[in-house]
Amino acid sequence: MKNDIILSGVGGQGILSIATVIGLAAIENNLFFKQSEVHGMSQRGGNVESHFRLSGSPVASDLIQYGHADLIISVEPMESLRFVHWLSKQGWLVTNSSPYINIPDYPPVDEILKEIRKIKNNIIIDANTIAREVGSVRSGNIVVLGAASPFISVPFASLENAVKKLFQKKGDDIVEVNLKALKAGREFTGR
Amino acid sequence: MNNLLLLGDEAIAQAAIDAGLSGMYAYPGTPSTEIMEYIQASKDALARNIHSEWSANEKTAMETALGMSYAGKRAMVAMKHVGLNVAADGFINSAITGVNGGLIVVAADDPSMHSSQNEQDSRFYGKFALVPCFEPSSQQEAYNMVFDAFELSEKYRIPVLMRITTRLAHSRTSVVRSHLKVQENKLKLPDDLVQFVLLPSLARGKYKSLIKTYESIKYDARTGKYNSFSDGTGRDLGIITCGIAHNYLMEILNRVHKDYPVLKISTYPFPEDIIRDITARCKEILILEEGYPIVEEGLRGILDSGIKIYGRLNGTIPREGELNPGIVAKALGLPGSYVEKVSQLVKPRPPSFCKGCGHADMFTALVKALKPYGPGRVFSDIGCYTLGALPPFKTINSCVDMGASVTMAIGAADAGLFPSVAVIGDSTFTHSGMTGLLDAVSKNSPVTVVIADNSTAGMTGGQKSLATGRLSRICEGIGVEPLHIRTLIPLRKNHAENVRIMKEELEYRGTSVIIASRECIQTASRRKKADPGEKNKIKPDNEK
Ligand SMILES: Cc1ncc(C[n+]2csc(CCOP(=O)(O)OP(=O)(O)O)c2C)c(N)n1
Repeated sequence: MKNDIILSGVGGQGILSIATVIGLAAIENNLFFKQSEVHGMSQRGGNVESHFRLSGSPVASDLIQYGHADLIISVEPMESLRFVHWLSKQGWLVTNSSPYINIPDYPPVDEILKEIRKIKNNIIIDANTIAREVGSVRSGNIVVLGAASPFISVPFASLENAVKKLFQKKGDDIVEVNLKALKAGREFTGR
Repeated sequence: MNNLLLLGDEAIAQAAIDAGLSGMYAYPGTPSTEIMEYIQASKDALARNIHSEWSANEKTAMETALGMSYAGKRAMVAMKHVGLNVAADGFINSAITGVNGGLIVVAADDPSMHSSQNEQDSRFYGKFALVPCFEPSSQQEAYNMVFDAFELSEKYRIPVLMRITTRLAHSRTSVVRSHLKVQENKLKLPDDLVQFVLLPSLARGKYKSLIKTYESIKYDARTGKYNSFSDGTGRDLGIITCGIAHNYLMEILNRVHKDYPVLKISTYPFPEDIIRDITARCKEILILEEGYPIVEEGLRGILDSGIKIYGRLNGTIPREGELNPGIVAKALGLPGSYVEKVSQLVKPRPPSFCKGCGHADMFTALVKALKPYGPGRVFSDIGCYTLGALPPFKTINSCVDMGASVTMAIGAADAGLFPSVAVIGDSTFTHSGMTGLLDAVSKNSPVTVVIADNSTAGMTGGQKSLATGRLSRICEGIGVEPLHIRTLIPLRKNHAENVRIMKEELEYRGTSVIIASRECIQTASRRKKADPGEKNKIKPDNEK
């Protein structure tokens, strides 16, 4: 088993939380992984990416090779396209459709979505709206994770346990909202 | 728990704690920052009272650690690669004094310059100083190496350099802890009380013995065990890997089910025979090293050895930038993978000031105040405020090395530029700006120094700034005229007032300082979350 995952978004959108949840779920299932993070300069409103390599056997490289990712999980539509050269032919691209606009030349969202639909295996989810419905816009990242969960080789229950663990310090309400967010994302993809 | 999920940085920190560390010294810098942060957050470290305060800069960190080593205890210093330039004087001379307690210097390199102004390779410093250098290929190896590095350091009485790169520093994986019971060393003066006295007469002898030590370290098992050879079926191509490059090679070889004779090098200096072992077997050698072609240059020499060598110098591997599995696959002549094209729609998204950042208000005022003089007169420095180079401000004209804003402004003023302005962050100011300000004051140079004081080292994630609450007194102490030390609060509502103050000081024909003080909004919101009553509110300069 091997899942090479690229996580992408804008600094502050919570891709590290997604990585932590997958990591905790991986531990619960005794899987191997390496997760590279970007720190420093690019966190200031710039684009960020993280490589998550999940495997049934020890992982050598910290980085994924271009054309070899099984999955791109993006919390921002334009950012999902920035990393498509990592995606393998059969890979899935799962992205939020709500743009994060902090540059003057952000392209029209329709064109971005049209471009994403050209990728063979794509899932576009309005995670901000769904997150708002389940209780908090801030769980948009977890909604996207839920939508991507069918393509990650850990049981859904392990992701739920991981969400509980990660948010437990912030109180039961936050845990509840994020569990709902995860589930809503999963139901959207429906696999 | 003996199995931890750690970044490479954290693995080094945890190992140091487990190996009996007594003092950690550092100045923040990506990708090294998390080493100190991990120790500061560690309950074990707290319980043992391990020193873990940020230092003013890398030089003071290096020297403080050397002092702890003098007193017999184990110390570690960590910095980003360019920090070693700042600490170089102490580092290189510490090789000649030697150590008493074990001393490890961690330098975190940033090939491809993810968050740096260059991609210098710290292994050069190891050779330059004649100090052994460990270059881990994985987080686990980084953990294990710390124990051997401390032992080696104490056995040969020499500091040890540990060189890591961004991908190791910032990648998280499972690490097994070992040797949990190491005691800290007791206070113990060096046997020879002039060991650390580098009078030329003493230094000459010490340098001779350093050269001998550097030679014998090659054959020590503590370094040797990290260099390994594994044979393969082929006899045409042999591969030498250094540090993390080994993982990229293994990744590819595992996938395509190929094997080659591979020599993995993870410590320097290494005995020449391990190279001869592989070159005797193979007709051609591919060298994969992260950073500069150091091993490659050594192998090529000047005279042709008859072996064909592939690497960064002949273009098989790009001359600059970090390695990745794709580069390695290509170097092995493997067919390229299918790669999707990135759409033209995708626009660059450079980092930018956070919404509500005080630096932005400071720049808005400065741009206005400088308008009458025209562009090209703002020297700046390294930190979040360097974003003043980007639109909409496009105001700063330099960012070279920490502290250079003040001194470059003095030089330009000497050449006749007026006004000549420096914009420097509070942490950068106490790192390396204060001495430059003394230069300015000593000749009353007509420069205006704007200290962008957000009461933290923001760029690296909000570490404590040693300047907080002391800036105006420091400037006064250095000798700036009190009338020309102006503090202001960079807020939109103060814009007109701030522009006026700036204009006044820009016109002044002597050294002036403007302290623009407002807490970083990131650290402020984190602090408010952790401490709703604001009991621990930090007081920037204008709230004394
Ligand atoms: C010699 C050296 N050490 C460390 C760094 C890493 N570094 C870059 S910016 C920065 C913090 C600067 O803080 P400050 O001057 O207060 O500015 P802020 O980012 O808070 O605006 C650090 C530590 C560096 N680039 N060079």
